[in-house]
Order: sequence, then structure tokens, then C-alpha cells
Amino acid sequence: MVDKIEIVASAELPVDEELEIFKHRFMPDNVTPAKLEDDKKRIAIVTGIHGDELEGQYVCYELARRIREKKENLAGIVDIYPAMNPFGIDNITRGIPAFDLDMNRLFPGNSNGDMNEYIAAEIMKDMEGTTLCLDIHASNIFLTEAPQIRINEEHKDILVPIALKSNVDLVWVHGASTVLESTFAYSLNSRGINTLVVEMGVGMRITKEYGDQMVDGIFSLMSELGIWKEKCMPSKEPVLSNDEQGQDVYYLNAEVSGIFMKEKTHGMMVEEGELIGIVVDPLMGNVLSEVKAPGKGWLFTIREYPVVDEGSLVGRILKI
Amino acid sequence: MKKEIIYEIKALYRDDFRITGYRFGHGEPSVCIVGGLRGNEYQQIYVCSRLIKKLKKLEEKGRIEKGKEILVIPCANPYSVNTKKRFWTIDNTDINRMFPGYSLGETTQRIANGIFEKVKDYQYGIQFASFYMPGNFVPQVRMMKTGAENIELAKKFGLPYVVLHNPRPFDTTTLNYNWQIWETDAFSIYTTSTGGIDKNSAKQALDAILNFMAKQGTIDYRGYEGYVSRVVESQNFIDVRTSHAGFFEQCAKAGEKVDEGQILAIISDPYTAEIKQEIKAPVSGIVAFAHNETLAYQNTAVYKLIPEEDEL
Repeated sequence: MVDKIEIVASAELPVDEELEIFKHRFMPDNVTPAKLEDDKKRIAIVTGIHGDELEGQYVCYELARRIREKKENLAGIVDIYPAMNPFGIDNITRGIPAFDLDMNRLFPGNSNGDMNEYIAAEIMKDMEGTTLCLDIHASNIFLTEAPQIRINEEHKDILVPIALKSNVDLVWVHGASTVLESTFAYSLNSRGINTLVVEMGVGMRITKEYGDQMVDGIFSLMSELGIWKEKCMPSKEPVLSNDEQGQDVYYLNAEVSGIFMKEKTHGMMVEEGELIGIVVDPLMGNVLSEVKAPGKGWLFTIREYPVVDEGSLVGRILKI
Repeated sequence: MKKEIIYEIKALYRDDFRITGYRFGHGEPSVCIVGGLRGNEYQQIYVCSRLIKKLKKLEEKGRIEKGKEILVIPCANPYSVNTKKRFWTIDNTDINRMFPGYSLGETTQRIANGIFEKVKDYQYGIQFASFYMPGNFVPQVRMMKTGAENIELAKKFGLPYVVLHNPRPFDTTTLNYNWQIWETDAFSIYTTSTGGIDKNSAKQALDAILNFMAKQGTIDYRGYEGYVSRVVESQNFIDVRTSHAGFFEQCAKAGEKVDEGQILAIISDPYTAEIKQEIKAPVSGIVAFAHNETLAYQNTAVYKLIPEEDEL
């Protein structure tokens, strides 16, 4: 088995350092990459576009470990890109530090553009020939998410059948938005490279249980694509939400600024009127607001970071 | 002059978040001017403060035209200014990527909606904008090509350049774009600086706005006429890039006329002082943008030139 680290893109930095984007390639021996790409046997696992979303770090490690453990089953290319935004990971920052740019608004990049646009373009170039890509995110530092795949309505016909085999809890098809056209996933999907956006867990933390669930899902997808010889079936059957019109989900926003204390955890079923959390004022010792479920449903997002401004999202409920 | 709160949010441990507006005259919403939307836009606030001072005097002299109303919002994000942060304090989102906003959405969506509801009915919308890259601009009126842009109107500011650019996906959530979609004639004005105050450039911007309002019949004012603006497309700007990273020494300033081959900047090795690159002008023209930070990254557009042929 070929098991090697490659540099996808690099740039010179001002003081004694190179910026390098790495990938880990696994490939069976004695087969050319072109042959495997022609046979549509190349999966890419990408994470770290947002530097403070670390759930994908464990997925990358565990996937590599399990491939090595049963390397005789490998029949295609597995490319693992653990750190698309290494500056962000090093600085505990969502965007690209020094530039205050969201890397997920830079794609498809520009080979003749600035350093970050150039890096984005080089990454896009490296993705050519990929059959399926998973872009793993961890919500953000504020919200915890049940494992889910989000799909832009423009790509749902191709992506939903794949997503349903990926062992997540929820497949959420959302409406199109012009702003999202500069994301990594949209750029790849619009070029015919099927890409699933995974959201799970919370920023700055690793939820091992979700990571294991996702790695199982990746093996299931690899098995389906013929990249992995062993039969791996997903253990979860995701709920599918066709929410293109934005009517399947209740959004719970804080009515006032304060400290949010959750009463429910994500993944719970809730009834209409049930208390999801409270917003308190520690200075006065008062409850400022009660956040209640507007209807019955499945609480798949809950706020983890306690400080809220008026309007801060504190939860999402999938209507049942 | 009437001072009013445009939008506010009660905070837990800080004074309430307030966006303050200054209204002049009475009648149909004529001109709305918005200053800083981000925490580092000091120059944008400064120009608005000069404008408010001037409009106050003009109003006292009865020189705001009857039936016309002007609104100036000097700063839409005092929280971030006061903590020296560019974007929103808690979640680092950009208010100028949230328009037209959503009253039931997240905090910055609500702020954008709160602003937009108060500014969307004006005939003319002017925003003092800033660029994401650190540097100085030649003063310009910038317009997005939405199909609703009015170039002849933009020339009335009398700034040296009217720059047209094609909107990118993220531009669709800016104030300027949404103003145009809601049928306001919208203009972004770039003065020379952002994080530091440049009085000359602020004065030029102030004159430009006063001239524009006078020409459109909003105020009775005769001032400096300004330039006969040249219209250029941003896609015709020539990017001049670094081939190396290192210390950056600026040799040509924004607005300066440069000849082909002229040295614009020098990149040197921070450890050995060895010159790594002499950045030369690939064409003759005017410096539209000049990088102004000590460090330069590789492949960065440190200069943007308006080529001479586009000047003619």
C-alpha cells in the first residue's frame, strides 16, 4: 500500500517560514492513480477550512489508523486533507488570521490571485479526479450539532442518495444562496465533483462518539464506491429534511442579551412549549427570558457557548 | 439637526449597543450617508463627523432645500470600534455581509435589518467603504454593475475616478448592492485611508458629498467643483504582485503617476536586509492602490495601477 504525505500547496511567508497544505494519500500498490480515477475510486476527506473546528481531526486520524489496520481491503485512493487552514488551527481562529478572511468564501480561488486565493486554487486543482469528497465541519464554537449533512438544493438530486448512506443522523437540504457559491463544497459540486458538507459536534472540541460514527460512514461510502473491499453498512438511517423553502426547522434566537443556560441537550425530542433553556442575568440574579419550543420536534442544534446577544441562535428544532 | 437612535440592543455587561443617526431637513428622504460598518473604519467615521458639522451649519442658515431630508449614520458598529475589533464582537461576523438583514435572525442580521429599514427609502445612498487589504486608495466612487448603476450621477461627486466592478457572490449581501436592488442610487466612496485619519482625503470626500448634494438639489451650496471624473472598470486595473515575502518598503503612493519600469516598492529579507525583489511598474499609469504594511506576503497584489491608455 502506498502511504505517503504530499504537499498540495505552499507559499513563502515573510519571516523564515513556508505555509504548506498537506495531504495523506493511501493507495493500493502497483496501480496508477489515473487508472483508479478512471474507475471513479478516489475519496477525499477534507477538514480544517475553519481553524477552530476540530471534530474532523479525530476523523482523519482514525480513518488512517483503520485503513492501515486492514490495508488489504484498500482498492482505491483515499486522500486525507486534515488542515486546509493551518494558520487558523494554530491560532484557534475560524478564519485565516492576519487576513480576517473566511477561507470558505474564497473558492474556487485564483491561481493568479493573492496568497490565499492561490492556495484555494491549488487545492481545487488537487481535487480534480476525486469521485466523492467529504468536507467536515464542526458547526462553530457557539453551537453543538447532531451529526448531519447539509445539501444545497441545487445539488440535491445527486447528493441526497449518497448522503443517506453516510451514517449521519440528519440530511438537511437547504435553499440556495448566492453567498454560498464561494464555498469549497459549492465550487466542487458545480464542477461535477460530488461533495458532502458534514456538520457535527462543536468548535474547539472533539466528540469521539461522532468521529467514530463518521468514520463508519466513510467506510460505508468507500465500500459502496468500491474503494474498500470489505462490506460496510451504515448503522444509522438519517432523517431527510427537504427544507428548500425553509419551513422544516424552528430557529430559536435569544430574545435578550445574557447568559444562556441549556435545559435540553441536542438529539432530544421536545414537545411544544417545553423549556429548551433560560437566559439569565448574573449581575441581578434574574431570569431574563425563557426559550421554549415553538412546536414538537427534534432538537438537533443547541447553543454551547453561554454568552448571547439579542438574536444569537440558541437552538434548532426539526419539525415533526 | 435631530439626533436619533437608529437601532439598539440591550447588553448584559456593556452600555447598550446604539446606532445613532443625524437627520437634517424635513420631507422626502433624499440622501443617506453611512460611515463605518466595521470597527477599524476610523476615517469613515471622521468624514461623517465633518459632514454632520457642516450640515448643521447649513441647516441653521436655512440652506437645506425645502422638502428634502438627509440622514447621516457615522458608525454602525461602535461596539467593535471601542474594542478595536474589525467585525462583530462575539461571533466575528461582518455587518456588511448581512444586508438586507432579517429582523428575526441572528444579531448582525438584526442590526443590518435595523439599519436597512431606516435607509432603504432614500433616493441616494452613499457609504464610506474600506477594502479588506491594508493600503491606501486614490479617492474614488465605486459602483457595482448590477444594471441599476448610474455612472453620470457618480461623476457628480467630482472625485478623480468612478470605478465600476462586477459583483462577486459575497457582494450581494453588502449595503451598497441591496440599496441598488431596492432602487436607491448607491455609491461607495473610498478615501485614501481606513485605520488612520487622513485629513486631506477626508476634506476631499466632504467636498465631494456636498457638491453632489448641491447638484442634486438637496442643499444650497457652492464649493470646490472637484475633478472631471474618469470612469474605469476595476477589471482593467493592473495588479502588481510580490514574487517574494518579506519587509515591504513603499516607494510610490496612491494617486501618484508612475512610468513603466519605475520602482514601486522593495521587498527585503527581514534577517539579512538583502533585496529580494524590486517591484516595478509593468505599465505607465496612476497608482490606484498601494499596500502600506511592513510585511508583505508572497503573490500579494501590493499595487493596483490604472494604465495610461485607460486614462485617456
